Amino acid sequence: MKKDTTKKIYFDSEKCLGCHSCELACAVEHSAAKRLLTAHLEEQTPVQRRNVFPVSGSAALTVSCRHCQPAQCMDACISGAMSRKDGYVQCDTTKCVGCRMCVMVCPFDAIKTGTVYVIKCDMCPDRDDFSCVHACPTKALFALTAEEYAAFAGDRKTPVRGGAL
Amino acid sequence: MPKDLSHADKASQIMARRAEEEGIDLVWDRYEAMQPQCGFGTLGLCCRICSMGPCRIDPFGEGPQTGVCGANADTIAARHIARMIAGGVAAHSDHGRDVAHTLLLASAPGSGDYSIKDTDKLAKIASLYGIKTDKRELRDIGRDLALAVLDEFGRQNGTLVMAKTAPPTRYAIWEKNGLLPRSIDREVVETMHRTTMGVDTDYKSIIRQGMRVSLADGWGGSMIATEIQDVLFGRPDPLRSKANLGVLEAGSVNLVVHGHEPVLSDIIAAVASGSAITEYARTKGADRVNVVGICCTANEILMRKGVPVAGSFLQQELAIMTGAVDLMVVDVQCIMPGLAKTAECFHTKIVSTSKKARFPGVEHIEFSEERAVQIAESIVRKAIDNYTNRKSAKVSIPDVREDIVAGFTPESVYGILGGKYRATYRPLVDAVASGRLRGAAGVIGCSNPNVPYEEAHIAMVKELIKNDTLVVTTGCNAITCGKHGLLKPEAAYEFAGKGLQEVCAATGIPPVLHLGSCVDNSRILRVLANIVSEGGIGKDLSELPVAGAAPEWMSEKAVAIGFYFVASGVYTMIGKPLNVTGSPNLYRYLTEEIEQETGGKWAFEEDPVLAARKMLRHIDGKRKALKLKPMMYAQAFPEGE
Repeated sequence: MKKDTTKKIYFDSEKCLGCHSCELACAVEHSAAKRLLTAHLEEQTPVQRRNVFPVSGSAALTVSCRHCQPAQCMDACISGAMSRKDGYVQCDTTKCVGCRMCVMVCPFDAIKTGTVYVIKCDMCPDRDDFSCVHACPTKALFALTAEEYAAFAGDRKTPVRGGAL
Repeated sequence: MPKDLSHADKASQIMARRAEEEGIDLVWDRYEAMQPQCGFGTLGLCCRICSMGPCRIDPFGEGPQTGVCGANADTIAARHIARMIAGGVAAHSDHGRDVAHTLLLASAPGSGDYSIKDTDKLAKIASLYGIKTDKRELRDIGRDLALAVLDEFGRQNGTLVMAKTAPPTRYAIWEKNGLLPRSIDREVVETMHRTTMGVDTDYKSIIRQGMRVSLADGWGGSMIATEIQDVLFGRPDPLRSKANLGVLEAGSVNLVVHGHEPVLSDIIAAVASGSAITEYARTKGADRVNVVGICCTANEILMRKGVPVAGSFLQQELAIMTGAVDLMVVDVQCIMPGLAKTAECFHTKIVSTSKKARFPGVEHIEFSEERAVQIAESIVRKAIDNYTNRKSAKVSIPDVREDIVAGFTPESVYGILGGKYRATYRPLVDAVASGRLRGAAGVIGCSNPNVPYEEAHIAMVKELIKNDTLVVTTGCNAITCGKHGLLKPEAAYEFAGKGLQEVCAATGIPPVLHLGSCVDNSRILRVLANIVSEGGIGKDLSELPVAGAAPEWMSEKAVAIGFYFVASGVYTMIGKPLNVTGSPNLYRYLTEEIEQETGGKWAFEEDPVLAARKMLRHIDGKRKALKLKPMMYAQAFPEGE
């Protein structure tokens, strides 16, 4: 099955227990062997592209690239590395010069500084689904198309649970 | 991966398919629903010991590297694994305590329902404990032994008596490293104390206490359970029986005994074959009462009474799926809480019996050793009464069963190898020294839905025997080997290498020896100690060309067993690693450095054939160190690989 690239990742804050499983799964997915038991032992320590933050009370928030449209990181990129492919904002690591302009302009703090180039969510190109969504034990993270999300959220006048993250 | 039953026995496949058709959830479905399982727990990086937590260590270095208290990955993973060991030791040893209590009752004046069956063993164990046996009443010896054994649990100082029966070289290693267990309960308590908030922080120190408590199981609680059970219920001798769900009978009342202790099940098996019970069963239209076992209870009464085995741990729900089980009586350990829900879909009645284990919605008939026969009889009658509720339309017993030979012991091996008049381990030792046999491997342990059911057990055992390595087995691996035809002497000709075939042909043994239940892993220690004292292939357990494995481990008890083998100097292989891989230091200690201290070490390998080859390579290393002769026959497994 090929990945449906019209899907985006959504988040229901009421279901998040702050377990950090999405972070762990993200790092494992971006390791060489993609294997939980050995990923942390690899020479190049894998980097997670998603972070869980505490918010007021006991609630938690998991944040990664929202693949904004328009995307400020794309505008700020001086080398043309940041571009939109298949609907997702992607960083071409062969072009990135590590100037960190994108890091500064990202309103969600979703781009990390690597040693050479920046590191951000790539929507798991090696998977048919998304590792963080797959790892979420409470389904606080879920993937839907825009139409599916509209149906899920229902009438805009009623309060909406969750939002794109 | 989870619901892959393609490697399982036919009966399990048929019953799992039936469950799927009828929409009944089994252990594999619950496993699937549980995915994804928590990565922090898997790596051993989650700590719930105090309420400053729960804490988690980020294995990738970005997040916290210590818990709120400051404990790092090494401390957290070591504390967790030590508590798992203590849990396993507690389970085996509490079983041993109950058996010792039964011996005390059997020795009391005014005979109860138990008696001393093996007087030789009684005398042998009593003399270990320094109890006089000459010209004394059996009862008096039994009482003194029971009291001496019970004293081992709560004593404050000294050393466990059974641990002193280990080879002197081994005892010296334990003494040097501070691993000698003082008593059973004290070591469990100390492990819990050391691993509570703010006590022992050094991962090596925690693991050494873990080994000490594990020795209080292998050379303590488990060994006591095995030996005293032999005294009470008789020492097993090799016998023929059958295994798998096909031992259930359409025309009989099927009573399944499930759990671990033979104290009740042995009586049930005896009561059920009585003429009054058979007569009562006939009045309800059944031929007889057919008692069969699941899990280690099955192993206990199989090896002593030849009672057929219905299945292993993962088959407890599948047995109910046949619709032909009228009553399942359970005691302690490995009884899935999900069992009651499966039973609701059929007429099957589940009866719990242990003071220590109750299940919501399940009828409880509390067992007491003082009224054993009376209670056993009421349970058997309940099974007969429930037979009339069985709906024949819902009955589907798979016609699958396999012949097995079970019930080997360190003592019976003497006789088999040397004959009645010159009982000795010498032929076994000679076979290894001359290169006919490569060595021996203990393959034991649970079944786990996190790997394809039975694939690892069978693939590993076949690879070992193909390479002339005699396999001894206990627990659910023993049942699995039985169901797959490996416990028959004929199996040697089909699966074993030429050298092992010759040994099997000369002695009539199967290539895989069934040594009993999970407390009977102490029998394996005993066999190893006997080989050392025979002399010729090593002066210590760690010098022997042997290895241990639990390819599909699941229980805390398996962790305890693994640690007492490592602490006894044995190379111990498991499939999925212990939950320690998040701490590279602890991982390195358990899989490498610990060998400097005990001569044994852990190894983790998920591919069962590769795992078997690592064991073979280890055995070859020991053969080389002992300068034994090269292997007699060309091997399927190339030595240089």
